[in-house]
Amino acid sequence: MALPLRIAIRFLLSGKGQTLLIVGGIAIAISVQVFVGLLIESLQAGLIAQTVGNSPQVTIRSAEENVTISGWVEIVTGITALTDTKQVGVAASANAFVRKGNDTVPVLVRGLDQVAISEVYGISSAIYQGQDIQSSGEVLIGRNLSDKLSITTGDRVQVSTPGGAVVDYRVVGLFDLGVAAVDGSWLVTNLRTGQSLFGFGDRVTSIDVTVFDVFLADAVAADIAQQLDTDKLEVTNWKDENGQLLRALESQSLSNNIIQAVIIVSVAIAIASLLSITVLQKRRQLGILKAMGIKDRAASLIFILQGLLIGAMASVVGISLGLGLLYSFTVFATTGGESVIEFAVKPAFILRSLAISILASAVAGLIPASRSLRLNPIDVIREG
Amino acid sequence: MAYVIELRHVDKVYKGSPDVQVLFDINLAFEAGSFNSIVGESGSGKSTLMNILGTLDIPSAGEVVIEGRSIAPMGRDSLAELRNRTIGFVFQFHYLLPEFTALENVLMPHAIGRQRPNREAMEWADELFEFMGVAKVKHNRATKMSGGQQQRVAIIRSLINKPKVVLADEPTGNLDSQNTAIAYEKFRDINQRYGTTFVIVTHDRRIAEQTDRIVEIRDGRLLLDIGK
Repeated sequence: MALPLRIAIRFLLSGKGQTLLIVGGIAIAISVQVFVGLLIESLQAGLIAQTVGNSPQVTIRSAEENVTISGWVEIVTGITALTDTKQVGVAASANAFVRKGNDTVPVLVRGLDQVAISEVYGISSAIYQGQDIQSSGEVLIGRNLSDKLSITTGDRVQVSTPGGAVVDYRVVGLFDLGVAAVDGSWLVTNLRTGQSLFGFGDRVTSIDVTVFDVFLADAVAADIAQQLDTDKLEVTNWKDENGQLLRALESQSLSNNIIQAVIIVSVAIAIASLLSITVLQKRRQLGILKAMGIKDRAASLIFILQGLLIGAMASVVGISLGLGLLYSFTVFATTGGESVIEFAVKPAFILRSLAISILASAVAGLIPASRSLRLNPIDVIREG
Repeated sequence: MAYVIELRHVDKVYKGSPDVQVLFDINLAFEAGSFNSIVGESGSGKSTLMNILGTLDIPSAGEVVIEGRSIAPMGRDSLAELRNRTIGFVFQFHYLLPEFTALENVLMPHAIGRQRPNREAMEWADELFEFMGVAKVKHNRATKMSGGQQQRVAIIRSLINKPKVVLADEPTGNLDSQNTAIAYEKFRDINQRYGTTFVIVTHDRRIAEQTDRIVEIRDGRLLLDIGK
């Protein structure tokens, strides 16, 4: 290995300009592969986070309408014990009307436990004015609803339920989740407040679960369903309810994979053809090395190693370039002052790209290597 | 005395339309430590004979025996190993690797056979560089040397593995008369000092006359075989 590597390096260094050109060309192709791949992954991640990030990916409700869930503490304990579940929150929710001054609008009162408020729905971190709920009788409302009713923190609002209950609450914070339907209609309070407003006692209306891998939500839902009495309880997951989005994501992933594959194949073809030219250029040297006793395998290894070296250099340069492109994209491609995507270096993706392009380069080196196998020293010596 | 290389009833036919036979029933043997030349006109078949002696080409019929062993059953790898260990080549066009320095070129056959150059090989290379008078260009690239210097480096390279036999094909073909004379003096010196067998192919009779044995080949057949 040592001698073929030394010869491979020397061959590459002897034609520095040619080597730089080859590495540059291949690096550009790899940079496009990395840029497009990371861009699409980030866009998908952003879309998924927006769609299902601030909401439960698995929800358990009563199988019958308007029936609440009792004995939920045991259910939550059982679900929390599953390895794929991330957070489990509970909600006591129902429709009501909120009134401020002379204005009355319908709202969805969501009585959430602390896990649901801060983790499952991420409301705590979306508060842009005021503070989180500290005690019963306090509520949070979304930006759109506060605009509609001109509510600000510290105001009191009157909530009336279809059952006839009328209660005054104090608005302690305003949140903005970036989802108009939620920001315009949710009135968030703690679990106990929700339960007492609607007279649910200790019962809840739903158990809201987030999972580590959102794409496994259906499998997790099936696991949860096994633990429950499915005659009484219904388990739903975001994948079943967002078929169109899923199909869009899948076709985006497919097109991404096709782009990646085409680039890798073109990189391999480029390396193979360029190295084949090198075999021709180094024909005389190969002939003399073989006459001096270098074995066929060692001679062909020179070209596989050249492929590997070119691939490794081009991958490092290409990946750096690709990351640079992505960074520029996050800086310059903005909507309303905010970046379209977040700049995130995904080590798994980078390592995969690195491994695939180096492997493709080594495979590409096999073609010139087999050409070198066929070279007979006598042909070179006869040519003079 | 033992033979280093023997050719027994060797024919060589190049396939084509029509087939061309360039060697006819050649029987030839070279003793260890001898200093020989093969002469002949262009196209007489002497280079083909040389390539067969060096195992670079294979005969169409007959047998090549090197150090008492027939090469017929040997595969490409075994032949490569045999060439590396036993035979040193000096080609007409030098054939140094332009990507490497003179010293690296010289050590190449050693590296091919044993991977890492050891102290003994380095000392032997130094001795040969001094002996051939090219020590000062040791670290020059092949392209940064004169034709005469390249030729001498190629000769050093042929000797680095202390081969039993050096096969030199028109080694001074493109050198001036002064460099030609120096090269032959060196061949003779090495032959006498180290007992290396030399087989030199040339079309120049004056050069051949300086060797101990002249084998003349004409139209693929042995015409003369004269020893001093």
